[in-house]
Amino acid sequence: MLERIKQKVKQNRFLFEELVKRDFTKKYKRTVLGMLWSILGPLMTLGVMALVFTQFFGRNMEHYVIYMFCGNLLFSYFKESTNGGMTALQANAKIFSKINVPKYMFVLSKNVSSLINFGINLCVLFVFCLFDGVTFTWKFLLLIYPVCCLVAFNLGMGLILSALYIMFKDLKYLYDIFTLLLMYVSAIFYSIDAYPLEKQYLFYLNPVYVYIRYFRKIILEGEIPQWTFHLLAAGYALAALVLGAVIYKKKNYKFLYYI
Amino acid sequence: MGKIIEVKNVSVKYITGDLRNIGLKEFVMKKLTHQYRVEEFLAVNDVSFSLENGDMLGIIGTNGAGKSTLLKVITQIMRPSTGSVKVHGKISALLELASGFDGDLNLKENAYLRGAMLGYTREFMNERYPEILKFSELEEFEQRPFKQLSSGMKSRIAFSIASMVDPEILILDEVLSVGDGAFREKSEAKMKEIIRNGKATILVSHSLDQIRRMCNKVLWLDHGRQIAFGETARICDDYAAFLKTKELPKIQ
Repeated sequence: MLERIKQKVKQNRFLFEELVKRDFTKKYKRTVLGMLWSILGPLMTLGVMALVFTQFFGRNMEHYVIYMFCGNLLFSYFKESTNGGMTALQANAKIFSKINVPKYMFVLSKNVSSLINFGINLCVLFVFCLFDGVTFTWKFLLLIYPVCCLVAFNLGMGLILSALYIMFKDLKYLYDIFTLLLMYVSAIFYSIDAYPLEKQYLFYLNPVYVYIRYFRKIILEGEIPQWTFHLLAAGYALAALVLGAVIYKKKNYKFLYYI
Repeated sequence: MGKIIEVKNVSVKYITGDLRNIGLKEFVMKKLTHQYRVEEFLAVNDVSFSLENGDMLGIIGTNGAGKSTLLKVITQIMRPSTGSVKVHGKISALLELASGFDGDLNLKENAYLRGAMLGYTREFMNERYPEILKFSELEEFEQRPFKQLSSGMKSRIAFSIASMVDPEILILDEVLSVGDGAFREKSEAKMKEIIRNGKATILVSHSLDQIRRMCNKVLWLDHGRQIAFGETARICDDYAAFLKTKELPKIQ
């Protein structure tokens, strides 16, 4: 029994590695510039946003660039990862309709390349913090918590979206509009302090904002969020992941009919 | 002799109609105007057979008879709606050979990816890959992106992977109709070797000749129903007669 489980894990790991390798090769077309581009992209977005909001709109919050970077970093990761996850199943339709493979693997492997991108950009954020005179404390270690939550949340969303995308091929356009809306309610370039307190709580309905807020609290305010906040962060992640897993478990043999 | 594959009263419900290639807008509109149509039909209807060690089964039938669906049930890509399938052994299936490869990856990467999907481990692929490459006779194309290979070459490497990895049960769907003459002979020889090694093989083919030559058992399907199962020569004769007269023999 134990031997069989070990064998299964080994097989799935091999498949996982090969899929990640494939996604990487396809994404960067075997060029260093391709990889560099995925870091430059978000940085340039940040540059534009910094220019627009500090010069044109005259925002002068302390550490404003870092404030924006936190929001942009987490939101870009969410967007890239869920967009990739959404199409992962459909893109591999030819494979899973011919070979019996664990289908969630396609979504999982797609998530890895965006996670690596995110990791690189996170390092860039720390470099920015260093130059901007943000004090580093041991509390920075706690950032691993929202990152883990976001990884799980993205994975869950990827599973849910990929299942929906197989059924409805125009979901991509609707999701683009949805992410645009989500971006505006994620308080990436503005502060929610201008709203009355009860309205501020409404922002916590947006999971991505919760993770962004966690980052800012640690990095900019040097405070550890309350335990209820931790619960909320984990709750969103778990909910997405469980829902995604249930859909895959239930629909596993039905995806075939939609392609 | 133990049974290798046991298929008992298997039926597969297939769903088709508006659920494919539909957008959310279209779906809502069709639902509202009550025009959303989904059809269910039995692609495979109450099929039973069993294979023993060393058997080679040929599946025959006209288009839409349910051959491919039955293979998908055996390879566990689909689940039967009713009935049961028991398979004792490692299956290697070649369903529509060249599909499922990635055009941007080279031959070696594709071979490893395919190996991983078929459920092998990295060590196993490391060990077998040279043999696979040699059998496919595509050594000089190893580093070529897959999209630059011809379809014949693609099916050659697909066949090589599926057969060189020691399948206990080999499932072939119309694969021998591709590849040039020399490779066709070679692949037939390889299949014979697999059969000799005491493992079962299932072959779907429209070539009665090939089935007569290679198979010791035949399953005849028509519109999902099992018309006959058993001895090759008799069923092939009946089938050939059916193709001329379009009249099905009476089911016993």
